[in-house]
Amino acid sequence: MLKAKIAELMHEPGCAKNQAKSDGDRKKGCGKSLTPGAAAGGCAFDGAKIALQPITDVVHLVHGPIACEGNSWDGRNSWSSGSDLYRKGFTTDLTNLDIIAGGEKKLYKAIKQAIAKHKPPAVFVYQTCVGSLIGDDVDAVCRAATERLGTPVIPINSPGFVGSKNLGNRLGGEALFEHVIGTVEPDDAGPCDINILGEYNVAGELDQFRPLLARLGIRLRASITGDARYREVAACHTARANMVLCSQALVTLARKMKEKWGIPYFEGSFYGISDTSDALRNIARMLVERGADPTLTDRTEALIAEEEARAWARLEPYKARLAGRKVLLYTGGVKSWSVIQALQEVGMEVVGSSVRKATEADKLKALERLGGDEDKLADAITPRDMYAMFKDGKADMMLSGGRSQFVALKARTPWIDINQERHHGYAAYDGMVALVREIDLSINSPIWAQVRAPAPWENS
Amino acid sequence: MALIVDHNKALSTSPLKVSAPLGAALAFMGMRGCLPMFHGSQGCTAFALVMMVRHFREAIPLQTTAMNEISTILGGMDQVEEGLLNIAKRAKPEIIGLISTALTETRGEDMAGDVKVIRARNKELADIAVIDVSAPDFSGSLETGWGKAVTAIIKALARPAGNHAKLDRVNLLPGAHLTPGDVEALKDIIADFGLEAMVLPDLSDSLDGHVPDSYTPTTLGGTSVASVREMGRARLTIAVGEHMRIAAKTAEGITGVPSVLLDRVTGLDAVDRLMVCLSTVAGMPVPARQRRARSQLVDAMLDGHFYFGGRSVAIAAEPALLWSMGKLASDMGATVAAAVTTQPVAMLAELKAERVIVGDFEDLEDQILEAGGADLIIANSNGRQVASRHGIPLFRAGFPVFDRLGAAHLTTAGYRGTRDLITQLGNILMERPGHAHEPSEHAHGHQSAAAG
Repeated sequence: MLKAKIAELMHEPGCAKNQAKSDGDRKKGCGKSLTPGAAAGGCAFDGAKIALQPITDVVHLVHGPIACEGNSWDGRNSWSSGSDLYRKGFTTDLTNLDIIAGGEKKLYKAIKQAIAKHKPPAVFVYQTCVGSLIGDDVDAVCRAATERLGTPVIPINSPGFVGSKNLGNRLGGEALFEHVIGTVEPDDAGPCDINILGEYNVAGELDQFRPLLARLGIRLRASITGDARYREVAACHTARANMVLCSQALVTLARKMKEKWGIPYFEGSFYGISDTSDALRNIARMLVERGADPTLTDRTEALIAEEEARAWARLEPYKARLAGRKVLLYTGGVKSWSVIQALQEVGMEVVGSSVRKATEADKLKALERLGGDEDKLADAITPRDMYAMFKDGKADMMLSGGRSQFVALKARTPWIDINQERHHGYAAYDGMVALVREIDLSINSPIWAQVRAPAPWENS
Repeated sequence: MALIVDHNKALSTSPLKVSAPLGAALAFMGMRGCLPMFHGSQGCTAFALVMMVRHFREAIPLQTTAMNEISTILGGMDQVEEGLLNIAKRAKPEIIGLISTALTETRGEDMAGDVKVIRARNKELADIAVIDVSAPDFSGSLETGWGKAVTAIIKALARPAGNHAKLDRVNLLPGAHLTPGDVEALKDIIADFGLEAMVLPDLSDSLDGHVPDSYTPTTLGGTSVASVREMGRARLTIAVGEHMRIAAKTAEGITGVPSVLLDRVTGLDAVDRLMVCLSTVAGMPVPARQRRARSQLVDAMLDGHFYFGGRSVAIAAEPALLWSMGKLASDMGATVAAAVTTQPVAMLAELKAERVIVGDFEDLEDQILEAGGADLIIANSNGRQVASRHGIPLFRAGFPVFDRLGAAHLTTAGYRGTRDLITQLGNILMERPGHAHEPSEHAHGHQSAAAG
């Protein structure tokens, strides 16, 4: 059952990366085996949790030993404008005896207690490696609990050993499709309702583009899953269009929603100025095609013109402070070309960009922005080589995730976090200005001269 | 006397407990040239790694055997072999800690046996110490894993002095509750007695937050394999924390070096015991510097006790840290209104609290509510939600502390560490005059000054 689902997810026809492959490669699927002793990144359980934990008002209950939840709870910087139930860590904390005797009864009891104490609209139960290995039937327990307790209890079948974080994201999306979306009929569906898939409200980024949508009269029916409420997600099948961010994570969900409820989707990004504009245009176009007021198109263009002009004007003062500074972009590579564009616009030189998770089309766009210099596109840079780049002055700063943070800092090189643990929102027009401001604060900090100067006794 | 309550609830809410493999990995962080590896799913490693990175603000070398569906069914020996060879090739470590997880323990891997076979057929591993540690997540907590790792290192490497002469050295086995700052303080104290310390593991040399001159894929410092092999040449082994009991006994059994177990190294009487112990081994009186430090601590207790008396403190921590903090709070005159820990350790019954609950942050919150509030919470950063809901100040201690700088340097060991801890806790309590009935600042501060 799970196996078939994973095989299906690995052959996603809606995935741009998959479409770009030859027939032969496509048949192999995208299941990469991980190298022992040289692997990095989270497991499928981690991925499912990342995709679903931002739903703020449900109980996220992890059925496993302490490591799965005890070592990770409340560690993701996804914000809520309402409930903070999602910030509590819930786990069955399986111990010796549970593993010998089986954990199903304990799980049922835990679900019952969680519902009694917190009265959530739903409970999400995450299966882990150990629960799966001892044969606990989480689907059956959830089914029984839903029937007897009258609250939806949703199984998320994502044991860590089935694969990577990305696969887990998709398994999370599958659970929403199978058990949640379409279970509530809203009484206020409108012609300008959209969903955004793969947006997790990291550092409150929703508030950097939700107001733009509101100005155009577009309502965000559900963000999947940043700052979402359970009932919003359950009712999101009435939206008129879906936008998919971070495409490889939830594109399968978008395709299935199109097949089942006829909701068209497009893949877009709110990172970068021109990407934000493109995203707004696409949303407007799709809504108009589905019968929204046609003046939406012109109003969107007017808003884009105004916001772009304002953003570029706000970036202007940074040009003098950042011109010619060399920056290394080390992200997952998704849509990094649009960030490249903004950095170049303020006069920075992008000396390298990783493209390990990017599609072929994105790679080409990035390459174009980098003047066709293939050397600047890297799949992965080893920490040792990265360290050398900083020491040799080939890059003045790095934008990356927390994992490579200390490679830069220990080389006494400015670094800022652009991954999910980041503390600043970088989405849409305001977000791009915020990113450039952070770059300026970092690269022009007074500490660099001090920490790089040798101690007096080291002067020769 | 406290009643230890372990109600083993079905639904753990906002866990205090951190997994045993993480504790084992943390111990290996104090070994030089080390790169530990979890035998489990890659997520086991990713979670532990991120948690340590956030706590120490340092790169954490930690690998995974990346178990998948097939190896979970057929067995993970090939994954272990490939992982060890990859690490040997890429990072060239002196020592690899191979740590099991709930996944591989549940399926019943014979990791120790596998390692023997793998070593026999791969010459590349001949010069690398490979230490296997069985520390499943479903048994114990951070302290458990730490203790098991140290014991495994001793079993694999330590040996008797044989014909080698004894050195002016003591072996120090610090518990998981001691920070790099604590270890540094203990090394200084030992040095004051003219003795050298062999610390196992030595986080103060690896995770103390320093900037090395070049890139290193393994730990940045720590105890060398060679110095563990020389444990037999020390005069005494001092272990700190109840969870180091087995490690200390193992070291004594193998090396013949006598061992003492100190329950804690914070608090006047506890540090006095350490001094007597070192003075006896060194054959010299307690040095003037330490006598002066003791006098400063006594003075801090005199100045500080006003602010502790009658105040209530809630503590959620691993057993050794709860013991250390709880004893200090009650020794200063405060009440331990709530005590939550991760394991039912018998000695915690000696705490001056009504109950010690084996539980989570929900239990802490319930205890605080039952006690009608608290003046101070001592817990790791995950206590922040409870603290902010009830408007109680949180003093961050233990693991993980990810929302403050300097977790590695919080020093509570020795006379000075205790003095500084009293100062910090006292300042928090002083800023928040009695939550119920204690007009502490005015009663004891200004008036007595005016009277004098």
